[in-house]
Amino acid sequence: MSAREPQAGSNATDLPIEALRMIDTPLYEEPGEFPIEMGYVYNTCAAVQNGNPIFWDPAVAEAITGGPIAPPTMMSVWFRPHYWTPGASGERKALQTHFDLKQVLDLPEAVVASNEAVFGEPVRPGDRLTTRQIVRSIGPLKRTKLGIGRFWTIDVETTNQHGEWVGTEIYTMLGYRRPEQ
Amino acid sequence: MNATDASGITAADIAEGQEMPALRHPVSATTIVLGALASRDWRPMHHDKDFAVERNGVKNIFINTPNNAAWFERYITDWTGPKGRLGRLRFEMKKSVFPGDEMCFSGVVRKLARDAAGCHWAELELAISVDGEVRTTGRARVAVPADPTDNPWTRKGDRWLP
Repeated sequence: MSAREPQAGSNATDLPIEALRMIDTPLYEEPGEFPIEMGYVYNTCAAVQNGNPIFWDPAVAEAITGGPIAPPTMMSVWFRPHYWTPGASGERKALQTHFDLKQVLDLPEAVVASNEAVFGEPVRPGDRLTTRQIVRSIGPLKRTKLGIGRFWTIDVETTNQHGEWVGTEIYTMLGYRRPEQ
Repeated sequence: MNATDASGITAADIAEGQEMPALRHPVSATTIVLGALASRDWRPMHHDKDFAVERNGVKNIFINTPNNAAWFERYITDWTGPKGRLGRLRFEMKKSVFPGDEMCFSGVVRKLARDAAGCHWAELELAISVDGEVRTTGRARVAVPADPTDNPWTRKGDRWLP
């Protein structure tokens, strides 16, 4: 199962070789920092007052989802780094491929243009998830309200410890250079 | 949704063009901080007003993206019931939501379809408005049971086509 059909012909023709090499190449395959746990599920449901009984009532969860699961929209939650860890220094970035593209394409500023998530196998307490980042397309230089830049799309694919597809987040970014830069 | 209520809608209960019941929720600083920390988003513009004002140039802390997704999920499954299974969610936060705002969620069923695996899907058009101004727009694809005996959560592999 995949989140999208293969894209064709959407890439710019003037890209540096380093950027071309990144397209459709899985990068930064990384395990999550901790097994999935229900504490964050309860925090998330409480924060939005989500009373869905599959998250609160073990009997309902057993009957409907075959046991407890996490809300599908929590997919990205499991991969945000701890604020602090022993021995760590500097800011840890969640979507490194995006920052690599900013550097390779020499576009110092960026904003998220849109994001989409597609959900597969439910995430369950105790699961160990893995993500990888795949650049799907890099567009031509365009003049935008923010400056001259390019749109690019990065998929973050998540799988569980059984190799099952858990979901994909599709980020479309605008990398740009401000007029004065 | 009541935490012990396991009932919900089926495909037969839905029609294209049908409006979902509105959901209103007043937002406080606590709403925003709870959502940011639950989603492990430690960036200061979601808990530190001085940072949000001085660095982001906005009037206050504001709701973060993953928490916005969690709000949409709650809105959708409040409507479907627990057998509703989210397949796809896309949204654009056009303007931020701040403390003091009252979020009003609205949604319309744009399309109903049955896929090749027999799963029934509702395509939803969603919005979060504050005082009539649309702050976030979104689209979702949610699987709903064909009848009371069906359960989209049992689908796997080639039988789950989100």
